[in-house]
Amino acid sequence: MKRFLTTKGVIGLTLVTVMALIGILAPVFIPADAATAMDMTARLSPPTLKHPLGTDQLGRDLMVRVLLGARLSLEIAVTAVLMSILIGLPLGMVSGYVGGRVDNVLMRLVDTLLAFPALLLALTISAVLGPNIQNTIIAIGVAFTPYLARIVRGETLRVAQMPYVEAARAAGTTDSLILTRHILPNIMPAVIVQATISVAFAILAEAGLSFLGLGTQPPAASWGLMIQASRDYLDRAPWTALVPGAAVALTVLGLNMFGDVLRDILDPRTK
Amino acid sequence: MGALVEIDHLKVDFATDGGTVTGVEDVSFAIEPGETLCVVGESGSGKSVTSLSLMRLVEFGGGRIAGGSLTFQRSDGSLLDVAGASPQVMGEIRGNEIGMIFQEPMTSLNPVFTIERQLTDGLMLHKGLSKEAARGRALDLLRQVRIPEPERRLRQYPHELSGGMRQRVVIAMAMACEPRLLIADEPTTALDVTIQAEILALINRLKRENGMAVLFITHDMAVVAQMADRVVVMYRGRIVETGTVEEIFENPREDYTRALLAAVPKLGEMRGTSAPEKMRLIGDEAARATAAARAAEPAARRKAGVLLQVKNLTTRFPVKGGILRRTVAQVHAVEDVSFTLNVGETLALVGESGCGKSTTGRSILRLIEPASGEIWIGGQDIRALNRHDLRRARAGMQMVFQDPFASLNPYRRLKDQVAEPILNFGLARGADLRDRVADIFDRVRLPREFMNRFPHELSGGQRQRVAIARALAVNPRLIVADEAVSALDVSVQAQVLNLMMDLQADLGLSYLFISHDMAVVERVAHHVGVMYLGRIVEIGPRAAVFENPRHPYTRQLLSAVPIADPRKRRFADDVSFKPIASPIFPLGHVPAPSVYDEVAPGHLVLRD
Repeated sequence: MKRFLTTKGVIGLTLVTVMALIGILAPVFIPADAATAMDMTARLSPPTLKHPLGTDQLGRDLMVRVLLGARLSLEIAVTAVLMSILIGLPLGMVSGYVGGRVDNVLMRLVDTLLAFPALLLALTISAVLGPNIQNTIIAIGVAFTPYLARIVRGETLRVAQMPYVEAARAAGTTDSLILTRHILPNIMPAVIVQATISVAFAILAEAGLSFLGLGTQPPAASWGLMIQASRDYLDRAPWTALVPGAAVALTVLGLNMFGDVLRDILDPRTK
Repeated sequence: MGALVEIDHLKVDFATDGGTVTGVEDVSFAIEPGETLCVVGESGSGKSVTSLSLMRLVEFGGGRIAGGSLTFQRSDGSLLDVAGASPQVMGEIRGNEIGMIFQEPMTSLNPVFTIERQLTDGLMLHKGLSKEAARGRALDLLRQVRIPEPERRLRQYPHELSGGMRQRVVIAMAMACEPRLLIADEPTTALDVTIQAEILALINRLKRENGMAVLFITHDMAVVAQMADRVVVMYRGRIVETGTVEEIFENPREDYTRALLAAVPKLGEMRGTSAPEKMRLIGDEAARATAAARAAEPAARRKAGVLLQVKNLTTRFPVKGGILRRTVAQVHAVEDVSFTLNVGETLALVGESGCGKSTTGRSILRLIEPASGEIWIGGQDIRALNRHDLRRARAGMQMVFQDPFASLNPYRRLKDQVAEPILNFGLARGADLRDRVADIFDRVRLPREFMNRFPHELSGGQRQRVAIARALAVNPRLIVADEAVSALDVSVQAQVLNLMMDLQADLGLSYLFISHDMAVVERVAHHVGVMYLGRIVEIGPRAAVFENPRHPYTRQLLSAVPIADPRKRRFADDVSFKPIASPIFPLGHVPAPSVYDEVAPGHLVLRD
């Protein structure tokens, strides 16, 4: 724990904790209908005492919406990324470690998925399954899996030819133990970095799906939906984009710093 | 005409996250025109930092010349203060008045430029030659460094040349502007011994012909003995001793120099003996006494009998090509190799890179699947085992790898890494396991506190002890040591070799000792097999192979080894050895079987 106490670690941990707390607690303390409560006398209002972060085109309070939107955005993004790790990590490790025909089949599959833009893929999946939160998570998770699998496979190939893996094999270590004890810890740094970046992209992907009517359904609040909705008012009311944009940026910044420090802590060499 | 270079109380600092670290301190020496000064020391002694300071290249590595002066006498006779010189002046000096050769011939040439471009760039810049004139000069240089077919080489790219030829090109580049000083930083460390001999002879000849001074940085005392006029011994950033090469080798004043020299095995010093002998380590009187006691009763301890028998072993690697990645040819890495290894003895496989010695070791453990042949260990047919039984059988045969930095998992504690083979074979658990691991740490003379550490907290020699401990954990009978001491500093190398010999005496281990270092092999081996192009060309008792080499390749190899004795210089004139042929053959090629002549009992020589 002591090693989290670097500037980067403290900022990262604080940001991640604050965002997580907002995501969990905001719906408990703020009534759900507050997100859709319209103040028609103050549409597109700049920050005032009554609306500290301003309002959108329907006069809805941006602070309330950004706080309530945290849960949906984070839930979708984090779960989707976890799902892509859950599928992509074993897929990439097996592909890189076993090699040969297995590798060929798995990677051609991954290449096929990679041939479609991630968003288009997510869009198709979402369209087929139908628009709800659960399907949005599946769509984004599946769309992100090939990228992770590729990275994991590359790292596995690199680590698998290290002498300590050969030494383990010579010492009679079984393949499953070589994968979990020797290869997994050594590829984790790359996975952590990829995962923290992916969360940012997942938040934006959810926004993209929502914009096309397939992700979160209005009038519910998610950060991505709020950014998309603000596009017509950027010249008149830039805060409508800035407020949810800042929330995304701070989350990603926090996650990246957190990921960096986590990676350093897991590495015994930096002790 | 005074000294060419005078370094006076040089101090170099490095800025790191943890504050300022001093790289070298209080370093003073001079280089006279036309002499070879060798700076010798183990890793971290500051020898490279010193030479980089002279080129002011140390700044590119985060260093700073914090004190002292470096004076270089330029070709017009003026004295230049290197530490205070402007970047423009240094640009005129580097590559022009001071040439430099680096260690790695693979990476010190830019892979995207032809040899012509690499050679002519400096000439056009420093000497203002036209393209045609520079090309002519480049051809001259290639002839001077004795590269065959120089016209063709100019059009080639670095990857088309062999390692030895690349290093010749690097030397030609350094020589291009006829520097007055050549700095050679471990120029032969990455090269095979015959190529090393050629390069050392080349540097000697160029120095003589051009009256150039050479600053030669190396860790290898044998190379020092062959090359130096004067020697500077460094240790931990300071100068230990300076003197002529004869003074240093025959009459060293400092303990450190004496210890360093004692740890160096000298080829030929085992003449007339048959059993291996431990290294002499200064200040290790107790060890010497036990060694003497052991030497008195080696045969008694040794259980007779054959442990490992290899018959007609062949291993091939496919060469893939074409769009369909079909196998188009095969690398004949190991070709019809047979030998036996007795219980409690050491068989050394020696040879140059690519001769198949490592592949032989890996094939025996079936870390690589051999193509054909038989492997018997203690009456068990290793090649006939299925996956499950092979895993079981590996408890009896373990391996120690070359690079102690890469052969330990950086993410696992040392005790877990040593315990791993024990757990794999279910030999112990709980408190029993802890005791057993602690015992093994005692045995390889590592403090028990190290058990909870991670690999990066240890030095190279300590890590290699952990690697040996891991190999010992399951009480194997056979240990394949693949260049196990090659990456270690010489004093550490001696300690690890002595440890291995002690373990052999105590536990009756058999070693398959794979090495390129003839002097080390002479020290540790009972039997020696010399490998060339995948085959054993000569095999027999160590004394027979070293004192009466019969195969031309064995003779060539032995004559190329530098001897750590300045009175036995071997590389005054050009030496050139037959380059090694390619082991790649088309599919379906059936090589002739290996046929041996027995020139003496147990001493076999391949019939050509």
